[in-house]
Amino acid sequence: MENWSLVSICVLFGLTARWAVSLNSYSGAGKPPMFGDYEAQRHWQEVTYNLPVHEWYFNTTDNNLNYWGLDYPPLTAYHSLLCAHDHGFDFCWVLVADLLIYIPAVVLYSFYLSEGSNKKKVCTVLCILLYPGLILIDYGHFQYNSISLGLALWGVVVLGLGWDVLGSLAFVLSLNYKQMELYHSLPFFCYLLGKCFKQGLAGRGLFLLVKIAVTVLVTFALCWLPFLSDPGQILQVVHRLFPVGRGLFEDKVANTWCSLNVLIKIKTILSTDTQLYISLTTTLLAILPSSIKLLMKPTLWQFKLALVNSSLAFFLFSFQVHEKSILLPALPVCLLLNDLPLPAIWFLQASTFSMLPLFLKDGLLVPYVVTSLAFLFFSIYLLSALEHCSEDKLRLGPYRRLLICMPRMDLGRFYFSITAMAGLSFMSVALAPPAQLPDLFPLLVSVFSYLHFLGLLLYFNIVQIAEPPQSVRKNQKKSN
Amino acid sequence: TQCLFTLVIAPDTETLKLTEQQILFYHSTDFEVHRNWLAITHSLPVSKWYHENTSEWTLDYPPLFAWFEYSLSHVAQHFDKEMLVVQNLLYTSPATILFQRLSVIVTDIVFIYAVKECCRSVREEKGSKDLLGHPFFILAALLLWNFGLLIVDHIHFQYNGFLFGILLLSVARHLQGRHLEGALLFTVLLNLKHIYLYIAPAYGIFLLRSYCFTEDNTDGSVRWSSFSPVRLVALGSIVISVGALSFGPFIAMGQLPQVLSRLFPFKRGLCHAYWAPNVWALYNMVDKALSVLGVRLKLLDVAKLPKASMTGGLVQEFQHSILPSVSPSITLICTLLSIMPAVLSIWCRPRGARGFLRCLVVCALGSFMFGWHVHEKAILMAILPFSILAVESREDAGIFLMLTTTGHYSLFPLLFTAAELPIKVLLMLLFTLYSFTSLKKLFRGSLLNPLETTYLLGLVAVEILCEVVYPLSPWQHTMPFVPLLVTSVYCSLGVCYSFIRLYVSLLRQHGTDKHKQL
Repeated sequence: MENWSLVSICVLFGLTARWAVSLNSYSGAGKPPMFGDYEAQRHWQEVTYNLPVHEWYFNTTDNNLNYWGLDYPPLTAYHSLLCAHDHGFDFCWVLVADLLIYIPAVVLYSFYLSEGSNKKKVCTVLCILLYPGLILIDYGHFQYNSISLGLALWGVVVLGLGWDVLGSLAFVLSLNYKQMELYHSLPFFCYLLGKCFKQGLAGRGLFLLVKIAVTVLVTFALCWLPFLSDPGQILQVVHRLFPVGRGLFEDKVANTWCSLNVLIKIKTILSTDTQLYISLTTTLLAILPSSIKLLMKPTLWQFKLALVNSSLAFFLFSFQVHEKSILLPALPVCLLLNDLPLPAIWFLQASTFSMLPLFLKDGLLVPYVVTSLAFLFFSIYLLSALEHCSEDKLRLGPYRRLLICMPRMDLGRFYFSITAMAGLSFMSVALAPPAQLPDLFPLLVSVFSYLHFLGLLLYFNIVQIAEPPQSVRKNQKKSN
Repeated sequence: TQCLFTLVIAPDTETLKLTEQQILFYHSTDFEVHRNWLAITHSLPVSKWYHENTSEWTLDYPPLFAWFEYSLSHVAQHFDKEMLVVQNLLYTSPATILFQRLSVIVTDIVFIYAVKECCRSVREEKGSKDLLGHPFFILAALLLWNFGLLIVDHIHFQYNGFLFGILLLSVARHLQGRHLEGALLFTVLLNLKHIYLYIAPAYGIFLLRSYCFTEDNTDGSVRWSSFSPVRLVALGSIVISVGALSFGPFIAMGQLPQVLSRLFPFKRGLCHAYWAPNVWALYNMVDKALSVLGVRLKLLDVAKLPKASMTGGLVQEFQHSILPSVSPSITLICTLLSIMPAVLSIWCRPRGARGFLRCLVVCALGSFMFGWHVHEKAILMAILPFSILAVESREDAGIFLMLTTTGHYSLFPLLFTAAELPIKVLLMLLFTLYSFTSLKKLFRGSLLNPLETTYLLGLVAVEILCEVVYPLSPWQHTMPFVPLLVTSVYCSLGVCYSFIRLYVSLLRQHGTDKHKQL
């Protein structure tokens, strides 16, 4: 069958799955007084539509910041303003955003930047579109992550095609939509800087650097234009975007600090400042190897891996991380579905599983089960994931001996992991936790996911650093 | 590998159905209908089943279906006992809805198995094709992802998947040459839902001609000497024993007239509230048009025209103004006349199981075209079996595309809320795109002529008109039925056209057979 029809069918299928999930209950449905994210979006539309720009981020009599105050950068605010003008069915807007931004980026990525036969590319499109985490958060919990992730993906695609300036433009827009995209900023920076170095710092490289810098600054200025008149405005917006007063972590999230908290109550032992410094140092240490490697070797493959490593490191070690931030590493991992199917599927499944407590709170159990099963089923079957787990295919290179001391990535462990996830999901729903440990199941879920993320962080770092020299890879391609 | 591929697609259908179950608090009246039947069969003794009328949705399916509901009710009591109390009209706890939706999904296993069996019987050309191009894969996808079935069963709630599964399984058995099993399955089906009486002539004549007469003469006509009484007795005993199982208790209690009166209520009008796209829709339209024209040209007096509106929402008797009124007996005669040539054709020149299948589709479509109080869902009775023929012959594929697209579009008014609009549009696009591209690739070339393509594109215009343009126009309040009218009439053109083409192909095949003998 021709490509366009297959792709259209995949896209339609993805859209249908999204809409079907959205028909479910949404976050905070019928739960006063704060309701949920749906109410937050609706409130922002109200605020942006009715109040003048300089009051959007301030606590005034008309704008009580404690009730879902705006805490995303200006592009989100402008988007809310746009939505407020046409107050139709809000879920339509998410679908439209997906259709216009995220889905075209996925299709372009699969067709221009991934390898394999046409059928494989179509399968990649389908699997990426079926990633449960994004569907459930955007359409079930109700958010607009597909816009920021879609713009970041456009950045990757455009950079992959060689248009550096446009790529940086796309990424800056994405950053100005949600500040969480800072997790991806370091790889973008290192990749572009590395490219400039490669082209020679005296000459074309410098010229490129200047072009990119100017683009970035101008875009930032345009996005923040209404706020530039008053430094107090900028400070307040930054204050809203980065609430450093809120502590190391909130709720149960699958990162180091929360898991460590089980053994040592670091939240109470250390002061907020010390926590900040520790988290900063560990994050920097974690992202250093990958960033340096990318700086030295700015190729698309390295870039993708660096995106994964950087955002995952941020997720695991950073300050005030929310469980939804797992979507940030999940996006680049989706891009690796074609190259490293088994680890990618494992990660994506674990990421969806890590958000289980959130889904249960929102009443999204059935969509969670159904989309996870569909995703696992399609991706394993279509991408032949189970056949690609030989050591060669896992691209570990000379470092495979390292893994003797670590749990190996093989099918048995994969099945065990999936079964354990299913079991924990079932227990979270069916059983009531003991009275002295009311948070038992969310904790188990987050610790279990954390172990997965840590292991996969190590794995992806090794893959990135161990990449064999260019000629060997070319030979491998010829022999395939 | 065939099994594997069917298994691949089937769970996906189930997963899609499950995601659509999310509309936990939304349900149609059919929920209440089936809940009521669960309650009646569980709480009341058998003698009261067909007399009970606390609720307006009385039991109007044959007894075997009542037994089916009875067995379901034993599982239902573990979900929520309250739903089984007859007096709890419109009882809709989440557990109730969950149970009912799960029951549809579970009984769909029958449908999945039937699809697998049909795929096994499909004839394919030699030569290696990739998976997506194999006829059996296309058939599996066309059946399991049939837009009409998804909409009707899971959003509207009925057990059609289960029932169509039995029908398709019966057809598959006949295609495989296991006629007794096929007959058994059809009898069971008849006793589950009597609407399948419409295709009983095809079964009856086919089994009589091709099964009871074991051999044909060289020219294809009946060899009376080869009649096998044993086979006839076997068939007869199957029919009678299933019938006894189902109707037996009621005959013993002398309730047969009551049961029959429930099964065949003729008080309802010629057309459903929303006209199914059949001949009578066109007939009504012509009648309305003539009456309006007559009033305009001052040939008729407005006061003398009957005031009953057939375009209102209620099902009631109505009279036509200009053309003669239509009674149930007239529709019966028309239906019988329309299926007569097809049935005679398989008597005179039987072409094996495939000829039977073609005749079955013609009977189903004929009864849809001319039947009394036909529901638009009945188009599925023609579309689903026709899918098997569509993957085997080029001409059939063309007719199939026409019939399927029009028939499925005519189901749109069943879902009318704003939340369902994207789902029905997306699913329709998905199915239509897939059926067109896969069949085009299978038969290598275009299957529709330009006129047909224009007609089908016109459906898009009709949809935009009905969903977008008309609600914004000033006539929305004075004449709210116009979108339904337009949909119904436009689709009936397509369905009539497909019916005629199907008949032409059947008679042409009959003609070529005759030629061969001469």
